[in-house]
Amino acid sequence: MNDLQELYREVILDHNRHPRNFGELEDANRVVEGVNPLCGDRMTLYVKIIDKKVQDIRFKGTGCAISVASSSLMTERAKGGSLDEVESLFEQVHEMLTSDITGSSINLENLDKLAVLSGVREYPTRVKCASLAWHALKSAIAGSEDKISTE
Amino acid sequence: MSSVLESQNTLSHAHADILALRKDFPALQQDVYEKPLVYLDSAASTQRPQAVIDAVVTHERTNHANVHRGVHQLSQRSTEAYEGAREKIRAYINAGSCEEIIFTSGTTESINLVAASLGKSRLTDSDEVVVTWMEHHSNIVPWQLICEQTGAQLLAVPMTPDGELDLDEYDQLLSDRTKIVAVGHVSNALGTINPLEQIIAKARDADALIIIDGAQATPHFRIDVQALDCDFYAFSGHKMFGPTGIGVLYGKSSLLDAMPPYQGGGEMILTVSFKETLYNTLPYKFEAGTPNISGAVGLGAAIDYLSDINFEALAQHESDLLSYATTEFIKLPGARIIGTAKDKASVLSFTLGDIHAHDLGTIVDREGVAIRTGHHCAMPVMEHFQVAATGRASFALYNNRDDVDRLILGLQRALELFA
Ligand SMILES: Cc1ncc(COP(=O)(O)O)c(C=O)c1O
Repeated sequence: MNDLQELYREVILDHNRHPRNFGELEDANRVVEGVNPLCGDRMTLYVKIIDKKVQDIRFKGTGCAISVASSSLMTERAKGGSLDEVESLFEQVHEMLTSDITGSSINLENLDKLAVLSGVREYPTRVKCASLAWHALKSAIAGSEDKISTE
Repeated sequence: MSSVLESQNTLSHAHADILALRKDFPALQQDVYEKPLVYLDSAASTQRPQAVIDAVVTHERTNHANVHRGVHQLSQRSTEAYEGAREKIRAYINAGSCEEIIFTSGTTESINLVAASLGKSRLTDSDEVVVTWMEHHSNIVPWQLICEQTGAQLLAVPMTPDGELDLDEYDQLLSDRTKIVAVGHVSNALGTINPLEQIIAKARDADALIIIDGAQATPHFRIDVQALDCDFYAFSGHKMFGPTGIGVLYGKSSLLDAMPPYQGGGEMILTVSFKETLYNTLPYKFEAGTPNISGAVGLGAAIDYLSDINFEALAQHESDLLSYATTEFIKLPGARIIGTAKDKASVLSFTLGDIHAHDLGTIVDREGVAIRTGHHCAMPVMEHFQVAATGRASFALYNNRDDVDRLILGLQRALELFA
């Protein structure tokens, strides 16, 4: 049971129950739809980018606890950040989710609250759930208003 | 009175025989996460009994060579084993002749074969193909593709709220434009067993060809294609205790004979010249290239295994498991069963409160219980029930009530964790 609690930490359960920045953003200038074909989950990410900054960001959709919490935590953290900061955050989160932390240069402290997602590493089938929102954000920053997919 | 007792006695013997089958499956004798494995994902793929594994290994070790091509000893043995498997399958599903048994890579290829070949030879832009809302994607997309190519229309029979086919609507959809009806025997996402007799009779009245996707039926019942009187019946080895990468298309020889080949290559020809190629006879016309020989041998062994099973006792065993699982499951807070047809195979598709199926899957997995979560390659079914995904526990001949108890325990863990 212990390692399940590593995955479903209190913060994750809380963000799943009460997702922050949830809903549409009317004056968004980037809208990206993310799909996880494995489970049929969909999320739409709304981003308002002005002066190379994420002025506002919201999301909506359905998903598992990992994907909802990851989206919610991401919006919380990315809001107000510069595009460079957000880009570097993406890289760090990506590495945290996919690589073995011990011996890697990733500093979990930098990631702050986002470090709660590190438990996902032990669940290879769930990495896509956690990374969906981040891929959507990356493509929003890149300026493409596309559908993205975790496949 | 004594005869009632006697028949109850034989039945309980038969039931004991079914319960004993579990020990034939080596994969079920292991622990995962230090807990005994409970395998409830047989609708995705069943485990194989030792007899099937042995048959494949023996073939690979001692008999392997290409089929129909060599005069040497191994090629003869390999050909005999391959054709022997075909005959076992013919007898098992009561097909009229081995010409009607085409080896494919699985249900998906079987349906693609029929769709491509019939499409080319029979469909025009004034025709219609009827499928249902309940189908697996592999009985939808091949028809969509062929309809795009020919201009034919694809129509789908809707479902009732219980997840049964709406047969009145089916009647409405049939007309003299209907050329093909393609229907699943048992729904993989819901467990619904469709009333094939009625469905086939109505397709006959409309003069349509009828194709049955039997992928989910063969692990539960014995099929008799002549009694069903369908034109085509498709199934997969790996869902009926055989290997992956092997499947069957049964087709009436009169129809297959008139159909153009699906793929070209070796095996399927008699003579080739640049002026003209003569196709081989049935079933080889539809088996281009070197086939999955050991897969066919393994499927033959699975058929032998199934032939020894008392299907009446099996039906009772699986129906007992399903009703036990259903009763225990609905005691959980937030339990919702997706698919409540009167006639169901041993499949329990469900949601639990607002816990996403993916999370349920992960949590019960750590409890040693393997279930499937997601849309089950049946997205129209998910749309019908307005859910993104479901959890699905599917039971096969080797499952028992303890497996159900472990599933319920796992789901209780999920409820605790998400409380
Ligand atoms: C009802 C149904 N039809 C078709 C298929 C496809 O079978 P295969 O993947 O073996 O080709 C499946 C397998 O999931 C199924 O459940």
